[in-house]
Amino acid sequence: MSGSRAVAEAAKLSDVNVVSAYPITPQTSIVEYLSESIAKGELAAEFMQAESEFGAMSACIGASSVGARVFTATCSQGLALMHELNYVAAGLRLPIVMAVTNRQLSQPLGMWCDHSDAMGERDSGWIQIYVESCQEALDTVIQAFKIAEDKGVLLPTMVCLDGFILSHTSEPVEIPDSEAIRKYLPPYRPDADYHALMDVQKPLAAGGGCPPAFTMEFDYKKYEAQEHAKEIIRKADREFEQTFGRQYVLVEGDRCEDAQVILAGMGTMIGTAKEVADKLRKEKGWPVGVLKLRCYRPFPKEDVQRIASKAKALATVSRAVSYGIGAPVYSDLATCMSNLGQKPVLLNFIAGMGGRDITQKNIEQVFEKGMNAAETGEAAAEVEWLGLNKNLVGG
Amino acid sequence: MSSIKQDGVLVAGHRACPGCGAILALRYALNALGRNVIVHVATSCMEVSIMGGGVFPRGEYPLTVPSLHTAFETSGAVVSGMDVGLKALGKRQGVNLVAIAGDGGTADIGLQTLSGAAERGHDFIYICYDNEAYMNTGNQRSGTTMLYAATTTSPVGTKKRGEQHIPLTLRKDMPAIMAAHGVPYVATASIAYPADLIKKVKKAADIRGPRYIHIHAPCPTGWGFPESKTVEMARLAVQTGSWALYEIDNGKLNVTLRLTQRKPVKEYLAPQKRFRHLNDAEIAHIQELVDRMWEERFSQ
Repeated sequence: MSGSRAVAEAAKLSDVNVVSAYPITPQTSIVEYLSESIAKGELAAEFMQAESEFGAMSACIGASSVGARVFTATCSQGLALMHELNYVAAGLRLPIVMAVTNRQLSQPLGMWCDHSDAMGERDSGWIQIYVESCQEALDTVIQAFKIAEDKGVLLPTMVCLDGFILSHTSEPVEIPDSEAIRKYLPPYRPDADYHALMDVQKPLAAGGGCPPAFTMEFDYKKYEAQEHAKEIIRKADREFEQTFGRQYVLVEGDRCEDAQVILAGMGTMIGTAKEVADKLRKEKGWPVGVLKLRCYRPFPKEDVQRIASKAKALATVSRAVSYGIGAPVYSDLATCMSNLGQKPVLLNFIAGMGGRDITQKNIEQVFEKGMNAAETGEAAAEVEWLGLNKNLVGG
Repeated sequence: MSSIKQDGVLVAGHRACPGCGAILALRYALNALGRNVIVHVATSCMEVSIMGGGVFPRGEYPLTVPSLHTAFETSGAVVSGMDVGLKALGKRQGVNLVAIAGDGGTADIGLQTLSGAAERGHDFIYICYDNEAYMNTGNQRSGTTMLYAATTTSPVGTKKRGEQHIPLTLRKDMPAIMAAHGVPYVATASIAYPADLIKKVKKAADIRGPRYIHIHAPCPTGWGFPESKTVEMARLAVQTGSWALYEIDNGKLNVTLRLTQRKPVKEYLAPQKRFRHLNDAEIAHIQELVDRMWEERFSQ
């Protein structure tokens, strides 16, 4: 089944109470599948198509505030339109789960994959998990509810899958048994003691004005919850593995143990990178490995350090740009290496913007430049754009 | 007002300005609705006054019912979400969802979410208190600011003379817009006519579906009149016909206060600083718009 279908199946298995969304390519099939399931009575939930993504996230907040388990999906302009409310949802500590079929932001207009949309929400307080396969998309949406609803976390969670590349690609997917999922993820029973719950039996106020003497403490608690979420994500993953036999961890190191050059990235590029690494090891004997950043917020600093700090070169491939400096994923990796005594040379690559394919050849270039950097001990360029047509940009 | 039962839903501890019309509107409306309500308050004077700055965490919270604030333009959508959420959980019975917003939060920035909520037919009461400008941020014009009124963003100078919008209307007609959605109940009210206001709110409470109540609530600070004259100003708005009291019940218009003779609109405009610059032609234009509104919309 497609990535979109896998996401919808996961929301269904999670027994969501409310789905509120607004259509946008390439997210539409997710909400179409869910609307259909609800219409057929396969899923006992309310579907509300809002008048905009802004309205959709507002409605998710409203539904979550009365204690419902809430799911939505969007991408690109839709995610950008939600921006204001994404901070509200995180600030109110509402465990909403949202699938993001990553798509570029206008302008230029296009509907193809890159990670610019989710990067815009990077600092909102939402947990962000990037998946590589349709199976991982399904499993992660289910895990996302368990993570978001944990009393020690209570943060909304985004599951990011590459638009079209994953959302519209069919792969064999195992659908877990619904009873086993119910055991893994019991119904959400929020309590007014810790949830901003609107209940006439237990009146409370949430979201009102807060003076400077208290605001920073709210921010700090959110920061602390993100830090704590790492352990909860690991726990949710372990428990999932115990029942369903699949585990994903926060950061996956593929052949990184003895690697001198490591490529770090997120999403579907990882599959290509693993294949190329395999080929280069076999054909050229290059000691290369791949680091898959699955969990991007919270950023699994310790895991990344453990896996990558002994390599000679660490090359980041980002599907997003931070204009004026480089790329967000690179900056995060650099932050995480900054205080280490021994650290790799860091290389900064931007690739796959606006749906440009990240080819095997691109990945080979990354490893080749990584091998050079490993030898010389320095990066040849501050930032490199892979697959850029130099004839079109001039200069 | 000893005859009006005060249920203690909105109690002491709010931070509204002296002479605030909006806080009266909310006190009448919320006390009439009772305790089985969940309230969403959009960014507004009232949000600041009853949920806002300086309140947390001292326990001087004046609302005794569950209340949520999210953002400015969200009211319609948040109560929609509460509606489907409660429905999905089997807890929808016996709870009235109440959205509160000012004129800017309703007629301007929040119009889209309100329209969506009304069109989808969610079960909620929307209360718009109208002080005819963004008073929370210091009196900037909104979609319901009356023609020619001076505000800080529609000031009077040599090139412009106060609020200038399409000169065929006094203000954006929100109740008509809501009625056009086909909702079961639309009503206007005024803080100068509390018995009428409370009757309409109570009536709305027993109807299911989207219900819209638009309450005229003068603002002494923004409009420029003494704090002791708020109710008088609201009454003059009605007596001059520039604010009409009516309901649209299941599509049927019912003018709830029909005056045998309307006072000249000048009597309402003259005491307010925001209209001090008006010349005879402008006053005549407002009078003409008021007369035409009554003739076209409310004549029997």
